[in-house]
Parts: sequence; C-alpha cells; structure tokens
Amino acid sequence: MQEAIPLNWRKYPERYRLEGTHCEECGQDFYPKKNICPNCRRKGKLEDKQMPREGKIISYSKVKASHKDFKDETPYYVALIELKNGVTIFSQVVDSLDNEVEIGAEVEKVFRKLNDKKYGVIAYSHKFRVKK
Amino acid sequence: MTGISAYGTSIPLRRIKVEEIAKQWGDNPENIKNGLRVKEKTVRNHDEDSATLAVEASREAIKTNQINAKQIEAVYVGSESPPYAVKPTAGIVAEAVGATPNLTGADLEFACKAGTAGIQAAIGMIKSNEIDKALVIGTDTSQSSPNNALEYSAGCGAGALVLDKQGEIAEIKKTTSYTTDTPDFWRKAHKEFPDHGGRFTGKPAYFKHVINSTKNLLEQTGKDKEEFDYFIFHQPNGKFPLKAAKKLEIPKEKVEPGLVTPKIGNTYSAATFLGLSNVLDRAKPGQEILLTSYGSGAGSDSFWIKMKQQPENKLEKKKPEKTLEDKINRKKYVDYGTYASYMNKLKEVY
Ligand SMILES: [Zn+2]
Repeated sequence: MQEAIPLNWRKYPERYRLEGTHCEECGQDFYPKKNICPNCRRKGKLEDKQMPREGKIISYSKVKASHKDFKDETPYYVALIELKNGVTIFSQVVDSLDNEVEIGAEVEKVFRKLNDKKYGVIAYSHKFRVKK
Repeated sequence: MTGISAYGTSIPLRRIKVEEIAKQWGDNPENIKNGLRVKEKTVRNHDEDSATLAVEASREAIKTNQINAKQIEAVYVGSESPPYAVKPTAGIVAEAVGATPNLTGADLEFACKAGTAGIQAAIGMIKSNEIDKALVIGTDTSQSSPNNALEYSAGCGAGALVLDKQGEIAEIKKTTSYTTDTPDFWRKAHKEFPDHGGRFTGKPAYFKHVINSTKNLLEQTGKDKEEFDYFIFHQPNGKFPLKAAKKLEIPKEKVEPGLVTPKIGNTYSAATFLGLSNVLDRAKPGQEILLTSYGSGAGSDSFWIKMKQQPENKLEKKKPEKTLEDKINRKKYVDYGTYASYMNKLKEVY
C-alpha cells in the first residue's frame, strides 16, 4: 500500500507535527486542515496551528484481522482520540499494554513509521500511546 | 561559552532477555550475563527506526525547556543505522520538530561516536558565532547477525541535546579527542550485519582510545580526576567502562550512574548520550562530569561538562518530567521470534 510520494510529502505538516488550522474569527481549531472555516465561511480567518499532543481515548477497537501490510503488527489498537483542544482524531495506539487501553485513558502523540516498503520513501506519521 | 540547555531520551518499550537469546543458540546465559554484564536489551518495534527515536528524544528536550524550534540553526544526527543509505535523518528530525527551513543539518558517521562528533561540530559553530542554537542527536537501532556475540548486546535508543551559548543546564568547558585507524569493527556497504575483529575489540581499540582521550582532556585542562563527580564512558557492554575506570584509577561509584547498558544493551551512538542523561537526571548544580565516547575504527571524544550554578529547584525544572530510569523500568518482553521479525533479521539469513 505505497501511496504516491507527493501525497505523503504534502501531508508532512499534518503527519509530522499534527498541524491543523485555527480560525481567528470564531476561535475553533480544526484537524485535518480546513481551507474554509465551516462556522464563519468567507469571514473566517484561518491560520496553521499545531494541535496539542495530548488527549484522551473516547472510543477504541482492537484490530485482529488486517490488511497484509500490517500483518506484523496485528493485533493492534485504533482509537478515536479527543485532543486537549476538543478536536477529535482517529489514530493507532501503540506501545501500550492491553489493560491500559481504555475509554478515558490519557494518551500522548508519538512519531512512528506508517509504512516502509523495500522501495519508495518511508512514510512517517503520528500515532498515540497511553501516557505512563 | 557553550553548554547544554535541554536534553531528552527515547528508548523502545520492548526488551529481550539474554536468556531468551541464549536459548535459541544453546549458549549458557549465566556465562554471557557475567561476561558482558548485560541482562537484557531494548528492541525496536516494527514501526520504530533510528529516525523515530531521534525525533522522540529531540521533542522531549525541546518540550521540557520550551525551546523555540525555529531558533534551532543546526541539526546534527550521529548514527550507524540510518533509515536510508542516502537521505538525511537530520532533515526528518528538523521537519518533525518544526525547525525547518532556515537551518543547516547533516548526518554524521563514526561508528558509535558519531553523535559526540556532532557535539563537537555544534560547539564549533556556536563558539564561532555562526549560530546560537543546535540540536545534536545520537541514535541507533543497531543490527547484529543471528547467533553472533553482538546479538546479546546490540540495542536501540536515542539521546538528544540542545546546545547553545546560554547552557541553562551545564557548560561544556573543553573537548579533546584521540583517533587512529584500527580494524576492530566494520560493516561493508550493502552488508546487513557487521563484522568484528574478536579480541581486537578490547585493548588496542576501546581501552587505548578511551583512556588516551580521557588523559588528553585531563592534561590539556590541568584538571585532577578527583575533581570530577561523574565519569561516563562509551558502553558496548556493562564491563568495559568499569575496566577503563579501573585502569584510570577512578572509583566505580563515579561510573555506575552513567552506566545504563546492563539494562538496555549497547545503544551505539546513543550510548554516551543516554549515560549522560542518566547522570544529568541526578546531577546537582556545580558538579563536574567527564564524558568519553568511543567509535570503532577508531576514535574517542572527551568532554568536560560542568553543571550550571543555580538554585537546585530551578535546575530540576529544566530536566525532563520522566527520568531515563522511569523509561528503563517501563518495559514489555518479547520472545526471540518477535524480536527477529521486528529487527528485520529474517531477510538476510541464509
Ligand atoms: Zn471560524
């Protein structure tokens, strides 16, 4: 599942630094980035902003059957995470013991490989782990 | 002056015990544990590499002391296990911490001392007023051939230092080196696993360089070794640093706080950074540290580091929330099969 090099590259700010957008007009944060503020429409003033790197799990699932590219890491956890600014994000939860992954668990962002094939560039991105 | 204004570390959660590796190859684990003074080692996860560990260590350093990443004007990464043969890890780190684009960066190579070569490069840039702030990292996820002595110790980890003129944590007062051409350890291009010169790795390699570089520092500074509170030596295993200390007539109590290899394995380029971090985690204002790295091939760099005079509570606030010891104590054991798969060992076995 090798994605196009430009697609991966364009996502560096979002994937590497969890960069989203902030609307100066209504004060709301968005991730992924928005081109137009859904609240203020044309009046909105959007600027790039790094999202908080901490949040909590609001829902999760343990993936036991996955695409063959993720065979080595199966089973793994995916979770819906509410960041400290209220923005929700869907991400993988790594480096956490089974009894630690639960609703309400505090998580922090880590920098990990998303995929790495023999040919092509390595895609790095955010994942989360339970804060310990 | 030049000094350390922030530091951070990153080690994988996973560990493998010496017993588990010994079981595969019919070795006696007690002999190995006593011989190397290593109990277990860190194992990277399938989604970790020397770049991800470098980013994590750097972020911890930057976050702890609220460094403005845009002020970082140089990123130097020392490693012998970069994710790409050609494509700098320095760029990945700079992008991930938000230091791009107005900075210089480079990946450095000198076996396990590439990271300390990076410290020296940064000191040069800062002292010559070319830059104000540098991020220097030692990181490795080192390979070892299955059923090779190295397999018991080759571990994974990263340490990062933010260096600048202020030196909020400690001042680096002097650096010296000792370098020769010594065939103790090498990996040819396109080879997956390294080779080593067996007995050649000890006396003419590690000890000769570590001891001479350390002596160079003492001679050039006129310092007495009694004046140092901590000594950190490169640590390919748990034994060599203590043996070097004995030869230099340094009490082992001054070496042990900077000795983390027995619990996490040899983290190569990260080893001296992690040893230093473990010392910084407990060092008090005014204390003095002598650090000597070692890179096969071979060379050593030594540093005289002095903790900044300041109220102790002020210093503590500049240290990461989690100590390296906290991270060492949090772990998950894996079996040999999982380890072999995570470390990609199966692709070149024939
Ligand atoms: Zn708005």
